[in-house]
Amino acid sequence: MNPLETLRFAVLGLSANKVRSGLTMLGILIGVAAVILLLAVGNGSSQAVKDSIDALGTNALTVSSGAGFGAQSTATSTKPLTIDDARALADQSQAPDIKGVAPEVQTSQTALYEGTSHTVSSVIGTYPAYFEASNSKVVQGDYFSNDDVLAARKVAVIGSTTATDLFGTASPIGKKIVLGGTPLTVVGELATKGSGTGFQDPDDVIIAPLPTVQNAYSGFGSLSQILVEASSADTTTQAQNEITTVLMGTHGIKDPTAVDFRVSSQTTLLSTRSSTTQTFTVLLGAVAAISLLVGGIGITNIMLVTVTERTREIGLRKAIGAPKGVILSQFLAESTLLSLIGAGLGVAVALIGAHFTIVGIKPVVIPASVWGAFAIAVAIGLFFGSYPASRAASLRPIEALRHE
Amino acid sequence: MSPAPDTATATAPVIAARRLVKTYGIGDAVVHALAGVDLTVQQGDYVAIMGSSGSGKSTLMNILGCLDVPTTGRYLLDGIDVGGLDERQLSLVRNRKIGFIFQSFNLVPRTNALAQVELPLAYAGVKAAERRRRAMAALTMVGLADRAEHKPNELSGGQQQRVAVARALVTSPAMLLADEPTGNLDSHSTKEVLGIVDRLNDSGRTVVLITHEDEVAHHAKRVIRLVDGLIVSDERQAPVEGPPPAMAGAAGALTRGGVR
Ligand SMILES: Nc1ncnc2c1ncn2[C@@H]1O[C@H](COP(=O)(O)OP(=O)(O)OP(=O)(O)O)[C@@H](O)[C@H]1O
Ligand SMILES: [Mg+2]
Repeated sequence: MNPLETLRFAVLGLSANKVRSGLTMLGILIGVAAVILLLAVGNGSSQAVKDSIDALGTNALTVSSGAGFGAQSTATSTKPLTIDDARALADQSQAPDIKGVAPEVQTSQTALYEGTSHTVSSVIGTYPAYFEASNSKVVQGDYFSNDDVLAARKVAVIGSTTATDLFGTASPIGKKIVLGGTPLTVVGELATKGSGTGFQDPDDVIIAPLPTVQNAYSGFGSLSQILVEASSADTTTQAQNEITTVLMGTHGIKDPTAVDFRVSSQTTLLSTRSSTTQTFTVLLGAVAAISLLVGGIGITNIMLVTVTERTREIGLRKAIGAPKGVILSQFLAESTLLSLIGAGLGVAVALIGAHFTIVGIKPVVIPASVWGAFAIAVAIGLFFGSYPASRAASLRPIEALRHE
Repeated sequence: MSPAPDTATATAPVIAARRLVKTYGIGDAVVHALAGVDLTVQQGDYVAIMGSSGSGKSTLMNILGCLDVPTTGRYLLDGIDVGGLDERQLSLVRNRKIGFIFQSFNLVPRTNALAQVELPLAYAGVKAAERRRRAMAALTMVGLADRAEHKPNELSGGQQQRVAVARALVTSPAMLLADEPTGNLDSHSTKEVLGIVDRLNDSGRTVVLITHEDEVAHHAKRVIRLVDGLIVSDERQAPVEGPPPAMAGAAGALTRGGVR
């Protein structure tokens, strides 16, 4: 009997009991779809983390005030971060691995433009160095300059979400918006950064010269944080040490365990997060694998029932000269066909499902998972089908014929 | 399987069984289904096996058909000792040398008559076109060419039995074994089936059939009676050569009439 013949018999055998075959296939379908889709979700979330690392700039270090949670600092009082701290950090002789320093004040204001009102979640006052350190690029117009900072000009660079909300599709460049009662001229629009890591939209932002923001909203007190750009990704550790040394000097702290500021690098922050998503992916994969296994057991179950049901038929086939191999391959072909069709449909369902956003994550299908899940499902069909099949094949003809 | 040389087939009996014993169970519950049966059947013979229920007829038939093995004793089929064959060789023997017809549950479910008859040829590795041609010829012979596409549940009992006959003869086996082939049929269907069997025997095929009915036994050239697993009588009704008694008597009319 040639393989085509065997396949035809298998199709006949399966179609004899459509509901049962369908339900068994469903088990495999769900298993395969779950494996592909859940891995895609896991992969999608780690992809998002990776993207946001790039979006934030890998060389960036953030200095913020306070001892920080869980830190072993024994500081009793906290000195706020000031412009002087930022100037000290910008001193090349003290901190050779620091390329740029951008002091930041942050607030939230409502922007108005021709009757359109929009609450901007973060209004940042800073220096032009901010753009490079935070990996923010303009797509239209230009950044503001050091001159603008010195003169405290009322100019602003806005994020893409802010631009769309206020101006729609029109170009915002040169337009005047009113932010918290102060008119600002838009000079540039930033490229979209995407969903980012936090719950905040990184594209809903207005960036203006530091004195302008201080003047209009926050006052000339302390800074929210200082963004520091290390000279390269490899020197972030040195830069971090230099920051600590310099700020201990300006804050008059002798004991390194009693610092009143925090230096955090985006990469360390994000590597923690990406290892979390990795655990998440593994967990999802394990759950999916279990469901695939359950689908496989379903195949064994149904094939055992089929063999029992068809024992007399097997006896009859043997009586008219069916060799053991033919019976074996017939039942193996049936179980493999079950898993093959189930897996094929599962792949289709997964690929369709991957077009939808699942729990806020855009799934990114891993091609290897498609082939892997498919191959495993087919192997499961072979493996779990082989026990019932070999049981059928080794039946003695007379015993099979006498079966009730 | 190495086929016996042609010269041997010409002289060696199709069936040569020596002291066949088959026991079931152990200890007090032991049943001697066969208690030492010697049987020789020549090529072209037409043997009816009779006996009361439980006398061991089916047991003997299953052993002759290589579906079962005797507890002790030797069985030569076409000069080959079946006891020395492995599984694969046995399935070849069942496929090539024997055509089996059972009393009931003869057909593979959900499979149409044509595919049913093609089955032994498929197992023998015959090509699809050739298979179809031979299966159609066999179905035509049993008068069911117009029922080729019918599934077993769409055929009458007699028609099912005729499909089984077609399937048994399609490989041109040396020997046709039938365990009460007409047991479930009315007298008309019985006539039809027996007519076909008679013609097969007339064309030189060896036939062994089990029956309870004297009318059926009258078709055979030789009648063997079993009692408690032993042959108690062995009567010849017609010579091995020549047509079966029913065809000789009615000069073929019965056959023609039988196959519609
Ligand atoms: N698998 C078995 N296990 C135990 N005993 C068996 C088995 N098969 C047959 N027997 C016994 O062997 C004896 C012969 O059985 P067999 O089927 O050959 O009878 P038979 O002549 O064909 O009867 P019938 O005319 O009713 O079909 C019976 O007593 C039966 O009970
Ligand atoms: Mg019987």
